[in-house]
Amino acid sequence: MSHEAPKSTATTGDNVAIEGVLGIQEKTLTQTLFASQAFWVTVALAIICAFMTWYEPHFGSIENLYNITRNFAFIGIMALGMTVVIITGGIDLSVGSIMGVVAVASGLILEAEYPWWLAVFGGLGAGAVCVIVNGAMIAFLDLSPFVVTLGMLSIARSFAVVLSGNRMIYNFGPGGPMFKIWGGGAFLGIANPVWFLVFFTIVLAVVLKMTAWGRHLLAIGGNEHAANLTGVPVKMVKLQAYLISALAAAFAAILNVGWSGSAINALGQSYELRAIASTVIGGANLMGGEGGAYGAVIGSALIEVIRNALLMAGVDSNWQGTFVGSFIVLAVLLERVRGKRRE
Amino acid sequence: MPILELRQISKNFGAIRALSGVDLKLEAGEVLGLMGDNGAGKSTMVKIIAGNFPPSGGEILVDGKPVHFDKPIEAREKGIEVVYQDLALCNNLTASANVFLGRELKKGFGPFKWLDHAEMIRRAGLLFAELKSETRPRDLVRQMSGGQRQAVAIARTRLSEPKVVLMDEPTAAISVRQVAEVLDLIRRLRDSGHAVVLISHRMPDVFSVCDRVAVMRRGTKVADKLIKNSSPEEVTGLITGAINVA
Repeated sequence: MSHEAPKSTATTGDNVAIEGVLGIQEKTLTQTLFASQAFWVTVALAIICAFMTWYEPHFGSIENLYNITRNFAFIGIMALGMTVVIITGGIDLSVGSIMGVVAVASGLILEAEYPWWLAVFGGLGAGAVCVIVNGAMIAFLDLSPFVVTLGMLSIARSFAVVLSGNRMIYNFGPGGPMFKIWGGGAFLGIANPVWFLVFFTIVLAVVLKMTAWGRHLLAIGGNEHAANLTGVPVKMVKLQAYLISALAAAFAAILNVGWSGSAINALGQSYELRAIASTVIGGANLMGGEGGAYGAVIGSALIEVIRNALLMAGVDSNWQGTFVGSFIVLAVLLERVRGKRRE
Repeated sequence: MPILELRQISKNFGAIRALSGVDLKLEAGEVLGLMGDNGAGKSTMVKIIAGNFPPSGGEILVDGKPVHFDKPIEAREKGIEVVYQDLALCNNLTASANVFLGRELKKGFGPFKWLDHAEMIRRAGLLFAELKSETRPRDLVRQMSGGQRQAVAIARTRLSEPKVVLMDEPTAAISVRQVAEVLDLIRRLRDSGHAVVLISHRMPDVFSVCDRVAVMRRGTKVADKLIKNSSPEEVTGLITGAINVA
Protein backbone atom coordinates (compact mmCIF):
# COMPACT_ATOMS: atom_id res chain seq x y z
CA MET A 1 0.00 0.00 0.00
CA SER A 2 1.38 3.31 -0.98
CA HIS A 3 -0.21 5.73 1.43
CA GLU A 4 0.55 6.07 5.11
CA ALA A 5 -2.50 5.61 7.25
CA PRO A 6 -2.85 5.89 11.01
CA LYS A 7 -2.63 2.16 11.37
CA SER A 8 -2.03 1.89 15.05
CA THR A 9 -5.15 3.64 16.23
CA ALA A 10 -6.99 0.38 16.77
CA THR A 11 -4.37 -0.95 19.13
CA THR A 12 -4.12 2.04 21.41
CA GLY A 13 -7.56 2.03 22.93
CA ASP A 14 -10.10 -0.73 23.05
CA ASN A 15 -13.19 0.55 21.31
CA VAL A 16 -12.44 4.20 21.56
CA ALA A 17 -10.16 4.79 18.62
CA ILE A 18 -11.75 2.65 15.96
CA GLU A 19 -13.47 5.55 14.24
CA GLY A 20 -10.05 6.45 12.91
CA VAL A 21 -9.86 3.11 11.15
CA LEU A 22 -13.42 2.82 9.93
CA GLY A 23 -13.13 5.79 7.62
CA ILE A 24 -10.01 4.58 5.91
CA GLN A 25 -10.72 3.61 2.35
CA GLU A 26 -8.67 1.03 0.55
CA LYS A 27 -7.94 3.62 -2.11
CA THR A 28 -9.03 7.13 -2.91
CA LEU A 29 -11.69 7.58 -5.55
CA THR A 30 -9.23 8.61 -8.25
CA GLN A 31 -6.96 5.69 -7.43
CA THR A 32 -9.90 3.33 -7.77
CA LEU A 33 -10.80 4.96 -11.06
CA PHE A 34 -7.31 4.70 -12.50
CA ALA A 35 -7.02 1.08 -11.42
CA SER A 36 -10.24 0.09 -13.13
CA GLN A 37 -10.10 -1.39 -16.57
CA ALA A 38 -13.57 -0.08 -17.40
CA PHE A 39 -12.28 3.46 -16.94
CA TRP A 40 -9.47 3.01 -19.46
CA VAL A 41 -11.79 1.31 -21.92
CA THR A 42 -14.09 4.33 -21.60
CA VAL A 43 -11.12 6.60 -22.36
CA ALA A 44 -10.17 4.47 -25.36
CA LEU A 45 -13.77 4.55 -26.56
CA ALA A 46 -13.92 8.33 -26.28
CA ILE A 47 -10.67 8.71 -28.22
CA ILE A 48 -11.84 6.38 -31.00
CA CYS A 49 -15.16 8.21 -31.24
CA ALA A 50 -13.45 11.61 -31.35
CA PHE A 51 -10.99 10.45 -33.98
CA MET A 52 -13.69 8.85 -36.12
CA THR A 53 -15.88 11.94 -35.98
CA TRP A 54 -12.95 14.00 -37.22
CA TYR A 55 -11.93 11.43 -39.86
CA GLU A 56 -15.45 10.73 -41.10
CA PRO A 57 -18.06 13.26 -39.96
CA HIS A 58 -20.86 10.84 -40.79
CA PHE A 59 -19.67 8.67 -37.86
CA GLY A 60 -20.94 11.24 -35.40
CA SER A 61 -24.28 11.67 -37.12
CA ILE A 62 -27.49 11.04 -35.22
CA GLU A 63 -28.43 8.13 -37.49
CA ASN A 64 -25.10 6.41 -37.08
CA LEU A 65 -25.06 6.85 -33.31
CA TYR A 66 -28.61 5.53 -33.21
CA ASN A 67 -27.48 2.45 -35.10
CA ILE A 68 -24.35 1.89 -33.07
CA THR A 69 -26.12 2.15 -29.72
CA ARG A 70 -28.92 -0.14 -30.87
CA ASN A 71 -26.47 -2.67 -32.27
CA PHE A 72 -24.43 -2.96 -29.13
CA ALA A 73 -27.52 -2.98 -26.92
CA PHE A 74 -28.23 -6.59 -27.91
CA ILE A 75 -24.71 -7.75 -27.08
CA GLY A 76 -24.62 -5.47 -24.06
CA ILE A 77 -27.70 -7.10 -22.53
CA MET A 78 -26.15 -10.53 -23.11
CA ALA A 79 -22.86 -9.32 -21.67
CA LEU A 80 -24.65 -8.22 -18.47
CA GLY A 81 -25.97 -11.76 -18.03
CA MET A 82 -22.57 -13.18 -18.91
CA THR A 83 -20.97 -10.94 -16.27
CA VAL A 84 -23.05 -12.60 -13.58
CA VAL A 85 -21.81 -16.02 -14.65
CA ILE A 86 -18.20 -14.96 -15.12
CA ILE A 87 -18.10 -13.37 -11.65
CA THR A 88 -18.83 -16.80 -10.17
CA GLY A 89 -15.85 -18.15 -12.09
CA GLY A 90 -18.04 -19.89 -14.66
CA ILE A 91 -18.67 -19.33 -18.35
CA ASP A 92 -21.75 -19.66 -20.54
CA LEU A 93 -21.04 -20.65 -24.12
CA SER A 94 -24.67 -21.48 -24.87
CA VAL A 95 -26.09 -17.95 -24.98
CA GLY A 96 -25.81 -17.55 -28.76
CA SER A 97 -27.64 -20.79 -29.44
CA ILE A 98 -30.25 -19.98 -26.82
CA MET A 99 -30.95 -16.83 -28.82
CA GLY A 100 -31.62 -19.02 -31.83
CA VAL A 101 -34.12 -21.19 -29.95
CA VAL A 102 -35.82 -18.19 -28.40
CA ALA A 103 -36.12 -16.40 -31.74
CA VAL A 104 -37.68 -19.43 -33.39
CA ALA A 105 -39.99 -20.15 -30.44
CA SER A 106 -41.39 -16.64 -30.26
CA GLY A 107 -41.56 -16.47 -34.06
CA LEU A 108 -43.62 -19.64 -34.22
CA ILE A 109 -45.96 -18.42 -31.48
CA LEU A 110 -46.58 -15.20 -33.39
CA GLU A 111 -47.01 -17.09 -36.65
CA ALA A 112 -49.68 -19.23 -34.99
CA GLU A 113 -51.52 -15.93 -34.33
CA TYR A 114 -51.15 -15.91 -30.58
CA PRO A 115 -50.83 -12.53 -28.84
CA TRP A 116 -47.50 -10.73 -28.50
CA TRP A 117 -47.13 -11.25 -24.76
CA LEU A 118 -47.39 -15.01 -25.17
CA ALA A 119 -44.54 -14.81 -27.69
CA VAL A 120 -42.44 -12.86 -25.21
CA PHE A 121 -43.09 -15.25 -22.34
CA GLY A 122 -42.82 -18.28 -24.61
CA GLY A 123 -39.44 -17.06 -25.77
CA LEU A 124 -38.19 -16.41 -22.25
CA GLY A 125 -39.59 -19.81 -21.24
CA ALA A 126 -37.68 -21.55 -24.03
CA GLY A 127 -34.49 -19.91 -22.80
CA ALA A 128 -35.25 -20.91 -19.22
CA VAL A 129 -35.77 -24.55 -20.17
CA CYS A 130 -32.32 -24.69 -21.80
CA VAL A 131 -30.70 -23.18 -18.76
CA ILE A 132 -32.41 -25.32 -16.16
CA VAL A 133 -30.60 -28.26 -17.75
CA ASN A 134 -27.34 -26.31 -17.99
CA GLY A 135 -27.45 -24.77 -14.56
CA ALA A 136 -28.55 -27.90 -12.72
CA MET A 137 -25.69 -29.90 -14.21
CA ILE A 138 -23.16 -27.21 -13.35
CA ALA A 139 -24.47 -26.32 -9.90
CA PHE A 140 -25.67 -29.64 -8.55
CA LEU A 141 -23.58 -32.23 -10.41
CA ASP A 142 -20.52 -30.00 -10.36
CA LEU A 143 -19.74 -30.54 -14.04
CA SER A 144 -17.45 -28.14 -15.85
CA PRO A 145 -19.44 -25.13 -17.08
CA PHE A 146 -17.29 -25.01 -20.20
CA VAL A 147 -18.27 -28.52 -21.26
CA VAL A 148 -21.93 -28.33 -20.24
CA THR A 149 -22.60 -25.04 -21.98
CA LEU A 150 -20.58 -26.13 -25.01
CA GLY A 151 -22.92 -29.10 -25.24
CA MET A 152 -25.92 -26.82 -24.95
CA LEU A 153 -24.46 -24.60 -27.67
CA SER A 154 -24.81 -27.52 -30.05
CA ILE A 155 -28.11 -28.86 -28.69
CA ALA A 156 -29.93 -25.53 -28.63
CA ARG A 157 -28.78 -24.63 -32.14
CA SER A 158 -30.00 -27.92 -33.55
CA PHE A 159 -33.31 -27.45 -31.69
CA ALA A 160 -33.65 -24.08 -33.33
CA VAL A 161 -33.04 -25.55 -36.78
CA VAL A 162 -35.43 -28.48 -36.26
CA LEU A 163 -38.14 -26.35 -34.64
CA SER A 164 -38.07 -23.79 -37.44
CA GLY A 165 -38.04 -26.42 -40.17
CA ASN A 166 -34.98 -24.53 -41.35
CA ARG A 167 -36.93 -21.58 -42.69
CA MET A 168 -37.22 -17.93 -41.87
CA ILE A 169 -40.33 -16.95 -39.90
CA TYR A 170 -41.67 -13.52 -40.75
CA ASN A 171 -45.49 -13.89 -40.99
CA PHE A 172 -46.07 -12.58 -37.52
CA GLY A 173 -49.87 -12.49 -37.42
CA PRO A 174 -51.88 -10.03 -35.31
CA GLY A 175 -49.38 -9.97 -32.43
CA GLY A 176 -46.59 -8.85 -34.77
CA PRO A 177 -46.81 -5.05 -34.59
CA MET A 178 -46.92 -4.97 -30.80
CA PHE A 179 -44.07 -7.50 -30.56
CA LYS A 180 -41.91 -5.50 -32.95
CA ILE A 181 -42.16 -2.33 -30.86
CA TRP A 182 -40.04 -3.94 -28.14
CA GLY A 183 -36.95 -4.20 -30.25
CA GLY A 184 -37.74 -2.00 -33.23
CA GLY A 185 -39.29 1.04 -31.61
CA ALA A 186 -37.70 4.10 -30.13
CA PHE A 187 -38.41 6.47 -27.29
CA LEU A 188 -37.11 10.05 -27.13
CA GLY A 189 -34.96 9.36 -30.16
CA ILE A 190 -33.17 6.45 -28.58
CA ALA A 191 -33.84 2.86 -29.67
CA ASN A 192 -35.85 0.80 -27.18
CA PRO A 193 -33.15 -1.88 -26.78
CA VAL A 194 -30.82 0.87 -25.54
CA TRP A 195 -33.34 1.87 -22.87
CA PHE A 196 -33.56 -1.74 -21.78
CA LEU A 197 -29.78 -1.92 -21.69
CA VAL A 198 -29.57 1.18 -19.49
CA PHE A 199 -32.25 -0.19 -17.19
CA PHE A 200 -30.61 -3.62 -16.81
CA THR A 201 -27.19 -2.06 -16.30
CA ILE A 202 -28.45 0.01 -13.40
CA VAL A 203 -30.29 -2.97 -11.94
CA LEU A 204 -27.22 -5.21 -12.13
CA ALA A 205 -24.91 -2.54 -10.74
CA VAL A 206 -27.22 -2.05 -7.76
CA VAL A 207 -27.66 -5.78 -7.23
CA LEU A 208 -23.90 -6.41 -7.25
CA LYS A 209 -23.16 -3.57 -4.89
CA MET A 210 -26.14 -3.60 -2.58
CA THR A 211 -27.53 -7.10 -2.17
CA ALA A 212 -26.35 -10.19 -0.35
CA TRP A 213 -26.94 -12.15 -3.55
CA GLY A 214 -24.49 -9.94 -5.44
CA ARG A 215 -21.92 -10.33 -2.72
CA HIS A 216 -22.41 -14.10 -2.78
CA LEU A 217 -21.67 -14.13 -6.51
CA LEU A 218 -18.35 -12.42 -5.83
CA ALA A 219 -17.62 -14.71 -2.91
CA ILE A 220 -18.20 -17.82 -5.02
CA GLY A 221 -15.85 -16.48 -7.66
CA GLY A 222 -13.26 -15.56 -5.06
CA ASN A 223 -13.26 -18.79 -3.07
CA GLU A 224 -16.10 -21.20 -3.67
CA HIS A 225 -14.99 -23.50 -0.87
CA ALA A 226 -14.99 -20.65 1.64
CA ALA A 227 -18.38 -19.45 0.44
CA ASN A 228 -19.74 -22.94 1.02
CA LEU A 229 -18.28 -23.20 4.51
CA THR A 230 -19.67 -19.85 5.56
CA GLY A 231 -23.17 -20.84 4.59
CA VAL A 232 -23.57 -19.17 1.20
CA PRO A 233 -26.11 -21.22 -0.78
CA VAL A 234 -23.50 -21.83 -3.49
CA LYS A 235 -25.43 -24.28 -5.65
CA MET A 236 -28.57 -22.17 -5.73
CA VAL A 237 -26.71 -18.95 -6.49
CA LYS A 238 -24.82 -20.64 -9.33
CA LEU A 239 -28.03 -21.98 -10.82
CA GLN A 240 -29.54 -18.50 -10.61
CA ALA A 241 -26.47 -17.00 -12.27
CA TYR A 242 -26.89 -19.23 -15.32
CA LEU A 243 -30.61 -18.50 -15.31
CA ILE A 244 -29.90 -14.76 -15.45
CA SER A 245 -27.43 -15.27 -18.27
CA ALA A 246 -29.92 -17.31 -20.33
CA LEU A 247 -32.79 -14.91 -19.66
CA ALA A 248 -30.61 -12.00 -20.74
CA ALA A 249 -29.80 -13.83 -23.97
CA ALA A 250 -33.48 -14.70 -24.43
CA PHE A 251 -34.48 -11.09 -23.91
CA ALA A 252 -31.84 -9.91 -26.37
CA ALA A 253 -33.22 -12.42 -28.88
CA ILE A 254 -36.77 -11.12 -28.45
CA LEU A 255 -35.58 -7.55 -29.00
CA ASN A 256 -33.54 -8.64 -32.01
CA VAL A 257 -36.48 -10.45 -33.62
CA GLY A 258 -38.67 -7.43 -32.98
CA TRP A 259 -36.09 -5.14 -34.57
CA SER A 260 -35.36 -7.28 -37.63
CA GLY A 261 -38.99 -8.35 -38.07
CA SER A 262 -38.05 -11.94 -38.74
CA ALA A 263 -36.94 -14.96 -36.76
CA ILE A 264 -34.10 -17.06 -38.09
CA ASN A 265 -32.56 -20.10 -36.46
CA ALA A 266 -29.05 -18.74 -37.06
CA LEU A 267 -29.65 -15.75 -34.77
CA GLY A 268 -26.88 -15.30 -32.24
CA GLN A 269 -24.29 -17.44 -33.94
CA SER A 270 -20.90 -16.63 -32.38
CA TYR A 271 -22.54 -14.00 -30.16
CA GLU A 272 -21.34 -15.93 -27.12
CA LEU A 273 -17.82 -14.92 -28.05
CA ARG A 274 -18.75 -11.27 -28.38
CA ALA A 275 -20.59 -11.31 -25.05
CA ILE A 276 -17.63 -12.92 -23.31
CA ALA A 277 -15.25 -10.50 -25.01
CA SER A 278 -17.35 -7.55 -23.86
CA THR A 279 -17.28 -8.59 -20.22
CA VAL A 280 -13.58 -9.39 -20.25
CA ILE A 281 -12.67 -6.15 -22.04
CA GLY A 282 -14.74 -4.33 -19.43
CA GLY A 283 -12.59 -5.77 -16.66
CA ALA A 284 -14.27 -8.99 -15.58
CA ASN A 285 -11.86 -11.72 -14.54
CA LEU A 286 -12.36 -15.07 -16.27
CA MET A 287 -11.04 -16.73 -13.12
CA GLY A 288 -13.99 -15.26 -11.24
CA GLY A 289 -14.47 -12.84 -8.38
CA GLU A 290 -14.30 -9.65 -10.41
CA GLY A 291 -16.55 -7.87 -12.85
CA GLY A 292 -19.11 -5.14 -13.13
CA ALA A 293 -22.21 -4.07 -14.99
CA TYR A 294 -20.73 -0.90 -16.45
CA GLY A 295 -17.63 -2.73 -17.66
CA ALA A 296 -19.71 -5.24 -19.61
CA VAL A 297 -21.63 -2.48 -21.37
CA ILE A 298 -18.61 -0.33 -22.15
CA GLY A 299 -16.83 -3.45 -23.46
CA SER A 300 -19.65 -4.21 -25.86
CA ALA A 301 -19.75 -0.56 -26.91
CA LEU A 302 -16.05 -0.64 -27.74
CA ILE A 303 -16.42 -3.73 -29.90
CA GLU A 304 -19.34 -2.26 -31.82
CA VAL A 305 -17.70 1.13 -32.30
CA ILE A 306 -14.57 -0.52 -33.67
CA ARG A 307 -16.65 -2.65 -36.02
CA ASN A 308 -18.52 0.43 -37.19
CA ALA A 309 -15.31 2.42 -37.52
CA LEU A 310 -13.71 -0.30 -39.62
CA LEU A 311 -16.70 -0.34 -41.94
CA MET A 312 -16.55 3.43 -42.33
CA ALA A 313 -12.84 3.36 -42.91
CA GLY A 314 -13.52 0.96 -45.75
CA VAL A 315 -11.99 -2.08 -44.08
CA ASP A 316 -13.64 -5.40 -44.90
CA SER A 317 -16.05 -6.15 -42.02
CA ASN A 318 -14.79 -9.73 -41.94
CA TRP A 319 -11.76 -8.41 -40.07
CA GLN A 320 -14.01 -7.84 -37.09
CA GLY A 321 -13.47 -11.36 -35.80
CA THR A 322 -9.74 -10.76 -35.73
CA PHE A 323 -10.24 -7.65 -33.64
CA VAL A 324 -12.66 -9.24 -31.20
CA GLY A 325 -10.35 -12.22 -30.75
CA SER A 326 -7.26 -10.08 -30.26
CA PHE A 327 -9.14 -7.94 -27.76
CA ILE A 328 -10.04 -10.93 -25.60
CA VAL A 329 -6.43 -12.07 -25.50
CA LEU A 330 -5.23 -8.53 -24.89
CA ALA A 331 -7.72 -8.00 -22.06
CA VAL A 332 -6.70 -11.24 -20.37
CA LEU A 333 -3.06 -10.30 -20.80
CA LEU A 334 -3.75 -6.92 -19.23
CA GLU A 335 -5.52 -8.63 -16.35
CA ARG A 336 -2.47 -10.81 -15.79
CA VAL A 337 -0.18 -7.79 -15.70
CA ARG A 338 -2.46 -6.00 -13.25
CA GLY A 339 -2.77 -9.14 -11.15
CA LYS A 340 1.03 -9.45 -10.95
CA ARG A 341 1.38 -5.89 -9.80
CA ARG A 342 -1.19 -6.45 -7.06
CA GLU A 343 0.53 -9.43 -5.49
CA MET B 1 -23.26 -31.71 31.46
CA PRO B 2 -20.68 -31.43 28.70
CA ILE B 3 -21.40 -28.73 26.13
CA LEU B 4 -20.17 -31.02 23.36
CA GLU B 5 -19.83 -34.76 23.51
CA LEU B 6 -18.66 -37.29 20.94
CA ARG B 7 -19.55 -40.93 21.53
CA GLN B 8 -17.77 -43.71 19.69
CA ILE B 9 -17.28 -41.59 16.57
CA SER B 10 -15.80 -43.40 13.61
CA LYS B 11 -15.24 -42.39 10.03
CA ASN B 12 -14.34 -44.47 7.00
CA PHE B 13 -13.26 -43.17 3.64
CA GLY B 14 -13.78 -46.27 1.51
CA ALA B 15 -11.47 -48.88 3.00
CA ILE B 16 -9.51 -46.31 4.97
CA ARG B 17 -10.46 -45.98 8.59
CA ALA B 18 -9.72 -42.39 9.55
CA LEU B 19 -11.33 -42.50 13.00
CA SER B 20 -12.37 -45.42 15.13
CA GLY B 21 -14.37 -45.22 18.31
CA VAL B 22 -13.37 -41.78 19.53
CA ASP B 23 -14.98 -40.41 22.69
CA LEU B 24 -14.54 -36.79 23.62
CA LYS B 25 -16.16 -34.45 26.11
CA LEU B 26 -15.91 -30.70 26.25
CA GLU B 27 -17.10 -28.48 29.07
CA ALA B 28 -17.97 -24.81 28.90
CA GLY B 29 -15.06 -22.54 29.76
CA GLU B 30 -12.53 -25.16 28.85
CA VAL B 31 -9.72 -25.10 26.31
CA LEU B 32 -8.84 -28.47 24.88
CA GLY B 33 -5.66 -28.99 22.93
CA LEU B 34 -6.04 -31.58 20.22
CA MET B 35 -2.70 -32.93 19.11
CA GLY B 36 -1.41 -35.64 16.85
CA ASP B 37 0.85 -36.20 13.90
CA ASN B 38 -0.24 -35.62 10.33
CA GLY B 39 -2.85 -38.19 9.37
CA ALA B 40 -3.71 -38.99 12.98
CA GLY B 41 -7.33 -37.97 12.45
CA LYS B 42 -7.38 -34.45 13.94
CA SER B 43 -8.72 -32.79 10.84
CA THR B 44 -11.27 -35.51 10.24
CA MET B 45 -12.55 -35.03 13.75
CA VAL B 46 -12.76 -31.25 13.31
CA LYS B 47 -14.61 -31.68 10.05
CA ILE B 48 -17.12 -34.04 11.65
CA ILE B 49 -17.78 -31.65 14.53
CA ALA B 50 -18.01 -28.75 12.09
CA GLY B 51 -20.54 -30.58 9.94
CA ASN B 52 -18.43 -30.89 6.78
CA PHE B 53 -19.39 -34.55 6.64
CA PRO B 54 -21.32 -36.88 8.94
CA PRO B 55 -19.55 -39.63 10.90
CA SER B 56 -19.80 -43.23 9.68
CA GLY B 57 -20.75 -44.29 13.18
CA GLY B 58 -21.26 -42.90 16.66
CA GLU B 59 -23.12 -39.96 18.08
CA ILE B 60 -22.60 -36.22 18.57
CA LEU B 61 -24.37 -34.46 21.42
CA VAL B 62 -24.64 -30.74 21.96
CA ASP B 63 -25.88 -29.80 25.44
CA GLY B 64 -26.79 -33.45 25.94
CA LYS B 65 -29.02 -33.63 22.88
CA PRO B 66 -28.06 -35.77 19.86
CA VAL B 67 -27.46 -33.71 16.73
CA HIS B 68 -26.85 -34.53 13.10
CA PHE B 69 -24.99 -32.21 10.76
CA ASP B 70 -25.05 -32.46 6.98
CA LYS B 71 -23.71 -28.99 6.29
CA PRO B 72 -21.37 -26.60 8.12
CA ILE B 73 -24.20 -24.12 8.53
CA GLU B 74 -26.18 -26.64 10.59
CA ALA B 75 -23.31 -26.99 13.04
CA ARG B 76 -23.06 -23.22 13.21
CA GLU B 77 -26.73 -22.96 14.08
CA LYS B 78 -26.03 -25.22 17.07
CA GLY B 79 -23.32 -22.84 18.25
CA ILE B 80 -20.24 -24.49 16.78
CA GLU B 81 -17.91 -22.07 15.02
CA VAL B 82 -14.77 -23.03 13.16
CA VAL B 83 -11.61 -21.21 12.19
CA TYR B 84 -10.35 -23.30 9.31
CA GLN B 85 -6.71 -23.91 8.67
CA ASP B 86 -6.94 -22.23 5.26
CA LEU B 87 -9.12 -19.58 6.98
CA ALA B 88 -11.83 -19.86 4.28
CA LEU B 89 -11.52 -16.25 3.19
CA CYS B 90 -12.39 -14.66 -0.13
CA ASN B 91 -9.38 -12.66 -1.28
CA ASN B 92 -11.44 -10.46 -3.55
CA LEU B 93 -13.68 -9.17 -0.76
CA THR B 94 -13.04 -6.74 2.05
CA ALA B 95 -12.40 -7.75 5.65
CA SER B 96 -15.88 -6.75 6.76
CA ALA B 97 -17.47 -8.57 3.79
CA ASN B 98 -15.59 -11.70 4.80
CA VAL B 99 -16.58 -11.42 8.45
CA PHE B 100 -20.24 -11.19 7.50
CA LEU B 101 -20.15 -13.63 4.59
CA GLY B 102 -23.24 -15.83 4.66
CA ARG B 103 -24.92 -13.72 7.37
CA GLU B 104 -24.85 -10.24 5.96
CA LEU B 105 -26.60 -7.48 7.84
CA LYS B 106 -29.44 -6.05 5.83
CA LYS B 107 -31.87 -3.23 6.10
CA GLY B 108 -34.95 -2.41 4.13
CA PHE B 109 -38.58 -3.25 4.13
CA GLY B 110 -40.61 -6.18 2.86
CA PRO B 111 -38.91 -8.06 0.05
CA PHE B 112 -36.44 -5.22 -0.55
CA LYS B 113 -33.36 -5.84 1.52
CA TRP B 114 -30.13 -3.96 1.04
CA LEU B 115 -26.75 -4.68 2.53
CA ASP B 116 -26.13 -2.46 5.52
CA HIS B 117 -22.53 -1.60 4.59
CA ALA B 118 -22.06 1.03 7.27
CA GLU B 119 -23.22 -1.20 10.11
CA MET B 120 -21.16 -4.17 8.90
CA ILE B 121 -18.04 -2.03 8.67
CA ARG B 122 -18.72 -0.58 12.11
CA ARG B 123 -19.25 -3.95 13.75
CA ALA B 124 -16.29 -5.54 11.98
CA GLY B 125 -14.18 -2.65 13.22
CA LEU B 126 -15.37 -3.26 16.79
CA LEU B 127 -14.53 -6.95 16.52
CA PHE B 128 -11.04 -6.22 15.22
CA ALA B 129 -10.49 -3.69 17.99
CA GLU B 130 -11.64 -6.28 20.49
CA LEU B 131 -9.05 -8.66 19.05
CA LYS B 132 -6.52 -5.83 19.25
CA SER B 133 -5.83 -6.37 15.58
CA GLU B 134 -4.69 -3.72 13.13
CA THR B 135 -7.07 -5.03 10.53
CA ARG B 136 -9.14 -2.40 8.75
CA PRO B 137 -12.66 -3.39 7.76
CA ARG B 138 -12.51 -1.85 4.28
CA ASP B 139 -9.23 -3.44 3.23
CA LEU B 140 -9.25 -6.25 0.73
CA VAL B 141 -8.20 -9.54 2.26
CA ARG B 142 -5.84 -10.04 -0.69
CA GLN B 143 -3.57 -7.32 0.65
CA MET B 144 -3.43 -8.48 4.24
CA SER B 145 -0.72 -10.06 6.33
CA GLY B 146 -1.10 -13.54 7.79
CA GLY B 147 -2.04 -12.16 11.19
CA GLN B 148 -4.65 -9.82 9.81
CA ARG B 149 -6.19 -12.64 7.82
CA GLN B 150 -6.27 -14.73 10.97
CA ALA B 151 -8.03 -11.89 12.75
CA VAL B 152 -10.68 -11.78 10.04
CA ALA B 153 -11.31 -15.51 10.35
CA ILE B 154 -11.50 -15.29 14.14
CA ALA B 155 -13.67 -12.18 14.12
CA ARG B 156 -16.13 -14.17 12.04
CA THR B 157 -16.65 -16.68 14.87
CA ARG B 158 -17.51 -13.84 17.24
CA LEU B 159 -20.55 -12.70 15.29
CA SER B 160 -22.79 -15.09 17.12
CA GLU B 161 -22.37 -16.21 20.69
CA PRO B 162 -20.87 -19.61 19.94
CA LYS B 163 -20.76 -22.44 22.46
CA VAL B 164 -17.74 -24.11 20.92
CA VAL B 165 -14.97 -22.60 18.81
CA LEU B 166 -12.78 -24.99 16.86
CA MET B 167 -9.45 -23.60 15.75
CA ASP B 168 -7.48 -25.57 13.22
CA GLU B 169 -3.79 -24.58 13.41
CA PRO B 170 -4.53 -20.90 14.10
CA THR B 171 -0.92 -20.12 14.96
CA ALA B 172 0.78 -21.98 12.14
CA ALA B 173 1.33 -19.11 9.73
CA ILE B 174 1.61 -15.93 11.78
CA SER B 175 4.26 -13.87 13.51
CA VAL B 176 5.42 -14.46 17.06
CA ARG B 177 3.70 -11.36 18.35
CA GLN B 178 0.47 -12.33 16.69
CA VAL B 179 0.68 -15.83 18.16
CA ALA B 180 0.58 -14.22 21.58
CA GLU B 181 -2.44 -12.23 20.47
CA VAL B 182 -4.28 -15.31 19.26
CA LEU B 183 -3.50 -17.14 22.50
CA ASP B 184 -4.81 -14.15 24.45
CA LEU B 185 -7.95 -14.28 22.43
CA ILE B 186 -8.38 -17.96 23.23
CA ARG B 187 -8.07 -17.17 26.93
CA ARG B 188 -10.64 -14.42 26.57
CA LEU B 189 -13.02 -16.83 24.87
CA ARG B 190 -12.55 -19.28 27.70
CA ASP B 191 -13.10 -16.66 30.37
CA SER B 192 -16.40 -15.71 28.79
CA GLY B 193 -17.58 -19.31 29.10
CA HIS B 194 -16.86 -20.62 25.61
CA ALA B 195 -15.34 -24.00 24.99
CA VAL B 196 -12.36 -23.92 22.65
CA VAL B 197 -10.71 -26.76 20.77
CA LEU B 198 -7.22 -25.83 19.68
CA ILE B 199 -5.71 -28.06 17.04
CA SER B 200 -2.03 -27.35 16.93
CA HIS B 201 1.39 -28.76 16.26
CA ARG B 202 3.03 -26.21 18.50
CA MET B 203 3.63 -27.69 21.92
CA PRO B 204 4.33 -24.33 23.65
CA ASP B 205 0.99 -22.93 22.49
CA VAL B 206 -0.92 -25.91 23.78
CA PHE B 207 0.85 -25.93 27.11
CA SER B 208 0.44 -22.21 27.64
CA VAL B 209 -3.26 -21.93 26.88
CA CYS B 210 -4.99 -25.30 27.23
CA ASP B 211 -6.56 -26.87 30.30
CA ARG B 212 -6.59 -30.35 28.87
CA VAL B 213 -4.87 -32.14 26.03
CA ALA B 214 -6.14 -34.99 23.89
CA VAL B 215 -3.72 -36.90 21.70
CA MET B 216 -4.73 -38.71 18.53
CA ARG B 217 -2.73 -41.45 16.89
CA ARG B 218 -3.80 -43.48 13.86
CA GLY B 219 -7.48 -42.66 14.23
CA THR B 220 -7.88 -43.30 17.93
CA LYS B 221 -7.58 -41.16 21.02
CA VAL B 222 -4.57 -42.39 22.96
CA ALA B 223 -4.59 -39.82 25.73
CA ASP B 224 -6.90 -37.28 27.33
CA LYS B 225 -5.54 -35.65 30.44
CA LEU B 226 -5.19 -32.36 32.24
CA ILE B 227 -2.27 -30.23 31.17
CA LYS B 228 -1.04 -29.94 34.74
CA ASN B 229 -0.74 -33.72 34.92
CA SER B 230 1.19 -33.99 31.68
CA SER B 231 4.37 -32.70 30.12
CA PRO B 232 5.54 -31.80 26.62
CA GLU B 233 7.84 -34.84 26.70
CA GLU B 234 4.96 -37.17 27.48
CA VAL B 235 2.75 -35.66 24.77
CA THR B 236 5.56 -35.94 22.21
CA GLY B 237 5.95 -39.58 23.15
CA LEU B 238 2.21 -40.14 22.77
CA ILE B 239 2.13 -38.44 19.36
CA THR B 240 4.99 -40.46 17.96
CA GLY B 241 3.95 -43.71 19.60
CA ALA B 242 7.01 -43.95 21.87
CA ILE B 243 4.50 -43.97 24.72
CA ASN B 244 1.58 -46.19 23.86
CA VAL B 245 -1.31 -44.98 25.99
CA ALA B 246 -1.64 -42.57 28.87
